[in-house]
Amino acid sequence: MLTDILQLFVAGLATGGIYALAAIGFTLLWQTSQTINFAQGEFVMLPAFFVLIGMGFFGLPFWAAALIGVAVSIVTLGLMFKKLMVDPMLNHGVLPLVIATIGLAILMKEAVREFYGADAWPFPPLVAATNVTVFGAALAVQSLAVLGISVAAVTILQLFLNKTRTGRCMQATAQNPTVARLLGVPVERMILYTFLINAALVALASLLITPIYLAKFTNGELLGLYAFIAAIIGGFNQVRGAIVGGLVLGVIDNFTAVYISTQYRLVIPLLFLIVVILFRPQGLLGRVEERTV
Amino acid sequence: MRLSKLVLAVLPLMFMSGLARADVKFAYVGEISGSIAVSGGNFRDGVILAVEELNAKGGILKQKIELTLYDTQTNPGVARAQMQKAIDGDPYVILGPIFSGNVKVTMQMLQQAEIPHIIGGEAAELTSLGDAYLFRTSFGQQIGMPKIANFIRDELKAKTVALIWVNNDFGKGGRDRLIKELGARDIKLAADVSSESGQVDFAADVVKLKAANADVVFVYSNEEECARIMREARKQGLKGPFVGDTTLLSQKTIELGGDAANGAMGHVGLTADAPLKQVEEFKARFQKRFNYVPDHNGLKGYTGVYAVKYVTEKIGKFERKALASTMHGLTITPEDEPGILIETSWDNNGEIDRISFLAEVVDGKQKITKILPKIRK
Amino acid sequence: MTRRRTVAVGIALGVSSSFLLVAPFLFKPYGIFILSTWAVMTVAAIGLNLTLGYAGQVSLAQAAFVGIGAYITAFLTTNGWSFWPICALAGVACFVIGWGLGYPALRLQHHYLAFVTLAFNTLVYLVFRNEEWLTGGIYGISNVPRPSLAGWSMNGAHAFYYFCLAVLALVASAIWWLIRSPWGRAFVALRENPIRAQSLGVDTRRYTLMAFALGAGLGGIAGALYAPLVQFIDPTPFALGLSLNLLLMVVVGGSGYFFGPFLGAIIAVLLPEWLRFAQGYYLMGYAVLVILLMVFCPTGLLGLADRLLTSTAKAAPVAAPEVS
Repeated sequence: MLTDILQLFVAGLATGGIYALAAIGFTLLWQTSQTINFAQGEFVMLPAFFVLIGMGFFGLPFWAAALIGVAVSIVTLGLMFKKLMVDPMLNHGVLPLVIATIGLAILMKEAVREFYGADAWPFPPLVAATNVTVFGAALAVQSLAVLGISVAAVTILQLFLNKTRTGRCMQATAQNPTVARLLGVPVERMILYTFLINAALVALASLLITPIYLAKFTNGELLGLYAFIAAIIGGFNQVRGAIVGGLVLGVIDNFTAVYISTQYRLVIPLLFLIVVILFRPQGLLGRVEERTV
Repeated sequence: MRLSKLVLAVLPLMFMSGLARADVKFAYVGEISGSIAVSGGNFRDGVILAVEELNAKGGILKQKIELTLYDTQTNPGVARAQMQKAIDGDPYVILGPIFSGNVKVTMQMLQQAEIPHIIGGEAAELTSLGDAYLFRTSFGQQIGMPKIANFIRDELKAKTVALIWVNNDFGKGGRDRLIKELGARDIKLAADVSSESGQVDFAADVVKLKAANADVVFVYSNEEECARIMREARKQGLKGPFVGDTTLLSQKTIELGGDAANGAMGHVGLTADAPLKQVEEFKARFQKRFNYVPDHNGLKGYTGVYAVKYVTEKIGKFERKALASTMHGLTITPEDEPGILIETSWDNNGEIDRISFLAEVVDGKQKITKILPKIRK
Repeated sequence: MTRRRTVAVGIALGVSSSFLLVAPFLFKPYGIFILSTWAVMTVAAIGLNLTLGYAGQVSLAQAAFVGIGAYITAFLTTNGWSFWPICALAGVACFVIGWGLGYPALRLQHHYLAFVTLAFNTLVYLVFRNEEWLTGGIYGISNVPRPSLAGWSMNGAHAFYYFCLAVLALVASAIWWLIRSPWGRAFVALRENPIRAQSLGVDTRRYTLMAFALGAGLGGIAGALYAPLVQFIDPTPFALGLSLNLLLMVVVGGSGYFFGPFLGAIIAVLLPEWLRFAQGYYLMGYAVLVILLMVFCPTGLLGLADRLLTSTAKAAPVAAPEVS
């Protein structure tokens, strides 16, 4: 019984690390440019296919393909996404961009299905696919790697945002773009940086997650939703919150599946989200947002 | 161009158009996108391969087959619209759908239009709704499940089963049937775990299966999920034996599951890995044409088209009602028609009767351990 | 409304109404089925437009209300009840449920409300799928009959199409009257500046709740039409995808414009069908078109038309309150 609980807890943390990686960039985009990216799940699904094409079509070794895949992702999912889709719609409120990203999600999914295939493909792991036993609970080294890298990414990001000049400029942009502009912060460039960072993060997430998930065009569907929820639970205006949100979500998901019901598993994270929204709207780690009248 | 030359050029065309053959229309209405795009895609490619082979030899009764594809998006509302569109095009037969919900939503229209439909759906009830124009291309779940239940009782001598199933109409239908068959054989269900289609993380589910401490673990899900379940089970030390039906033992599951897939046993209704010459040759042709290995849905689509070809040539004309009535109670052997691959019979409800196989996954390959006979000889 | 605008609207209405009336004689049964689907989806979109476009509340639960309406209708009509009271029942039931959901939920800000409605939609979908004793579960309810009016059956494609069209016209007229009434003006005041509206004595809470519940009720009526249209009800169509699709319809058509839902439904229902010639690429083409539409006219098609027609400078578009 105790090993079961430990097993579930540890597995929940591992999955939670996955949600957190997807949630980090999501939070960043919202903070700096009020962008809700409904295609975030598909953003995580796609880079793996860039790598597979690199290996299969161009015959590159895995490491080369992975690096090129990340680079291509940063250009397409970061630079092009911002320039072609977000910029024209920035001043028209949240909804048009939401609809456009819904369209983008469909486009990415169908493109992969049509041009690559509807099947699932195995994906080479970054770390070996072995297990370790921790107090009687089996844990994949891959899962530990995901968890470790997620935490490392958040830490590095926090350091960047707080300790470097560019980072602080990005924070200023997030809090109040008008004032930031008045103070000489190159606001447009800061926003661009957040998109590039998001693209790099999702590419990294893709490389870590796809060996476990297998490469399939439907990968993004549930992941996007869970990233959303993790970001909100953690606190939409705090990057640190994404990690906490993801881990909490992963663990809760696992425990409710075993002890409550697998048939209603999908709704539990949502109910938890509602509870958080009702009683602590700024999220577990977030700061209270002031509203201007 | 001078007028005389123009007339000379056009005349033979006019002559030829008088001789032109009318094409016979086939329509595929199936799941090209949506949640079971893989199955629908396989079925479609089997149909395409068969149509291309037939057209290369001149078609059916000297008429070439004109195939149109319609995508149901695995959504009954869309399926109904697409089926209506297909019917408007006046096809000879309809191939598909594969998703049982889509079969149900379109059955009524097809019966009214009196168009034979050769389906891929496996839900048990489809052949008991009185549709005289419906024909299966693989067993209904009510035929496969008793066979596997017998295997569990007789060969594995198990008294308890822990079941994990995917929560869509394929998984639920199989689960409901299996529970009935197990109950009739005094085998208890120790765990009843449902998973979502497309689920990735099975840690919680495997914990539940372990806690059940059953003699046998029955895995009934799509190929990817079967692979993930087996991996997670291997990781957590869930012992098995693992039993399934068709999907657990397919080539795709083995490829995705790697080592974890070894040792799985079960019943296979139709498989591209059957140790029969015609099936092996079909698999090679399919792989050459489409660059991937077919699953059982590819066989279903392929044999469906050849069944129509054989019966049409038997009756000598393109008549839908005659096609349907001839197929009831018909048996086609590979000697009659090589394209049927395995001897197949249909009863008066359109239900299929064929040999099937018991298999085991050994060393990364599906090995047939026993051939189960047809129900009626 | 400027003179140009009135004339333009009049012409557009005249042309489209005549087309709609004549359509069954121009198309095969498939085309008529698609047009009937369009009519049903427009009813649901009108409901969402009321909630979102006029009252400014982001709801992702509209699919759940369509589903509830559809299941009520399917369940009762297959058990022999007549369609007409069921249709009303579906609308009222969804209105009540909408009220019940809105009461606590509308205290929240925009994007939070979206999540609560998202959760509600998922929960309702799961109930549809899991509770086999009530809804037939994953197996669904088959052979839903089409309604008949005084012995005249609407089984045929033409008859049922005119029936859908009639309901759409009724609903549209009712909402037109509502928007023109003092109620409607209160809604608009709510959307433009809730705090100012409150300071003028408008009970924001009540009106927002009313808009939300009405939108839900209309979703229920759309569901009551959907059941006899498709004649087979299972949980798949009522998942989150439909809510997002309806949201798309409202925004693409022009959120807050009366005819927005009509246009949006044309885009969402008819466009994929027109694109089907592209075989496997049709969904991609559809997605690209939606993205382009949003990039070039973020205020929707009618927003664009508005800009082209009005000679004076356009006021700020309807959107979430901007951070100043």
